[in-house]
Amino acid sequence: MARVLINLPKAKRGEIVEIRTLIQHPMETGYRPKGDGTSFPRDIIRNFVCKLNGIEVFRADLFPAIAANPFIAFTIKAEEGGTMTFSWIDDRGRSQTETADFIVE
Amino acid sequence: MMPSVAFTSMLSCAVAVSTVIAAAQTRDPRRSGFEDMSRESQAMQRDDTANPGMFAVLEGEELWRAKVGSRKTSCADCHQNAEVSMRGAAARYPSFSTAWNGPVDLQGQINLCRETRQNAPPFPLEGPELLALSAYVGKQSRGMSIAPPDDARLEPFRRQGEALYNMRQGQLNFSCANCHEDHAGQRLAGSLIPQGHPTGYPLYRLEWQGIGSLQRRLRGCLIGVRAEPYAYGAEEYIALELFLMSRARGMAVETPAIRP
Amino acid sequence: MTERSVQPKLSRRAALVGGLALIVARPARATPEAMQDAIRDFIGSAPVRAGRVKMDIPPLVENGNSVPLAITVESPMTEGDFVKAIAVFNEKNPQPNIGVFHLGPRSGRAFVSTRIRLGDSQNITAIAQMSDGSFWSGSVELIVTLPACAEN
Ligand code: HEC
Ligand code: HEC
Repeated sequence: MARVLINLPKAKRGEIVEIRTLIQHPMETGYRPKGDGTSFPRDIIRNFVCKLNGIEVFRADLFPAIAANPFIAFTIKAEEGGTMTFSWIDDRGRSQTETADFIVE
Repeated sequence: MMPSVAFTSMLSCAVAVSTVIAAAQTRDPRRSGFEDMSRESQAMQRDDTANPGMFAVLEGEELWRAKVGSRKTSCADCHQNAEVSMRGAAARYPSFSTAWNGPVDLQGQINLCRETRQNAPPFPLEGPELLALSAYVGKQSRGMSIAPPDDARLEPFRRQGEALYNMRQGQLNFSCANCHEDHAGQRLAGSLIPQGHPTGYPLYRLEWQGIGSLQRRLRGCLIGVRAEPYAYGAEEYIALELFLMSRARGMAVETPAIRP
Repeated sequence: MTERSVQPKLSRRAALVGGLALIVARPARATPEAMQDAIRDFIGSAPVRAGRVKMDIPPLVENGNSVPLAITVESPMTEGDFVKAIAVFNEKNPQPNIGVFHLGPRSGRAFVSTRIRLGDSQNITAIAQMSDGSFWSGSVELIVTLPACAEN
């Protein structure tokens, strides 16, 4: 399981807040030379989805040009609170979902 | 390519430099590499949820509690809460170890505990476990002043470090001081030459795309002047660290820092 | 002054020279034409107008391995008028795509921020796809300096 850091602030109803995520992942481009003429195989997080109470609120398709340990920040308008999930899948087929409570006052 | 080509371009990089003036004279003229970074990199270091060095800290926290070795003991079994017991520890390393009968850096001390207290094999130097535990222990001193111990037994090693710092070496025949005293604040190719303070280690370096120790950083500087780098764990690195820490006395620990 | 792996002296030397001369052997690169092709994949045959897309990126990049990038698009982000997606492209990395970010009215603002890799100084273009089917773009020209000495 990759480690992940999620900064999900509490929000007042109607407020727009910024959500920041940092995922531990090498984002191996597939172009880095091993030194023996071959390259380290590509391993990229391809897809990242954030849902609130099961409804998609943000999605990203990522490519090798995203830095190692990808940082992704986006905004949400706080209309309702609930369970926020953050899911991603990489080239090796590993998928992970993290959950956090979105508190709206 | 001929080395002489690099030599001249290196020299011109080092000499035909921009004119960034170091910190105001009235205040402490020492500045951490933090101050030389872009606003964006500084923000990355300041915010724990944006700092990938925190992954090592989290991993270290887990290792701190892991029961290992023939005695099935964890660091926590003896040291309990690291936030209390390890507060300030990183700020006074390298220290003199009687067990070792010489100076040890923080990583060396952690490996000593592994071997002698946990009866477990030492972690490989520069490996993820040792970096993680050092980052976790180091973070407990964040914001505290670097406070090298007043220990006469360390003095000869500190002096050895100072001599190494001032010694010209490598095919380019540069000393650490040539860059970090004489040209600090100026640009070498794309990089700003910092004063070379050891305040943030282990740290996440964008160039490494990962976390590394002070020894890895020094190794890079040695290779930069085309000197043969010492092996990890070499006494020369410990001596240099002792000198760098005394030079940075009173500056704040930043572990885990960010550097370009 | 960087190091990535222990290597024999010769290749270290070669890389050091490369680093200083701001040339590092890299695989085949995306080209401005490849970027145009990738953009066409995203927009189809629709026209793209310049404007409404703002990119925030430091003028001098400290290290091409991690370059902070923030994009904002002018849009009310209401049910009837919002940004559906923002796609980011580059000219000179091995691949022209950087990322595609899908938003909606619940985003509140048309904003996204990430950190990207840039192998060289180049042009970066972001294109926003609006809910009315129109496309808007913004570009920025970036200078990437290599670290003092690249060793590997
Ligand atoms: C069986 C008990 C025991 C265990 C287990 C143990 N230590 Fe220690 N540790 C000690 C003792 C006793 C000292 C002080 C004496 C010395 O220098 O060895 C010490 C000293 C230290 C210090 C120096 C603190 C200072 O203020 O100078 C550090 C850092 C440290 N240990 C880290 C660790 C870590 C990390 C682990 C787990 C990998 C660990 N220890 C496991 C007993 C233990
Ligand atoms: C040719 C110039 C040069 C020489 C000689 C040199 N360094 Fe450096 N050093 C740099 C540069 C440039 C950096 C900044 C990193 C970068 O971007 O490459 C640096 C970074 C450092 C840092 C990291 C500071 C921080 O903020 O984390 C330390 C510590 C350091 N050097 C110590 C040394 C020591 C000790 C020596 C001698 C063994 C040495 N350097 C020799 C140019 C040099």
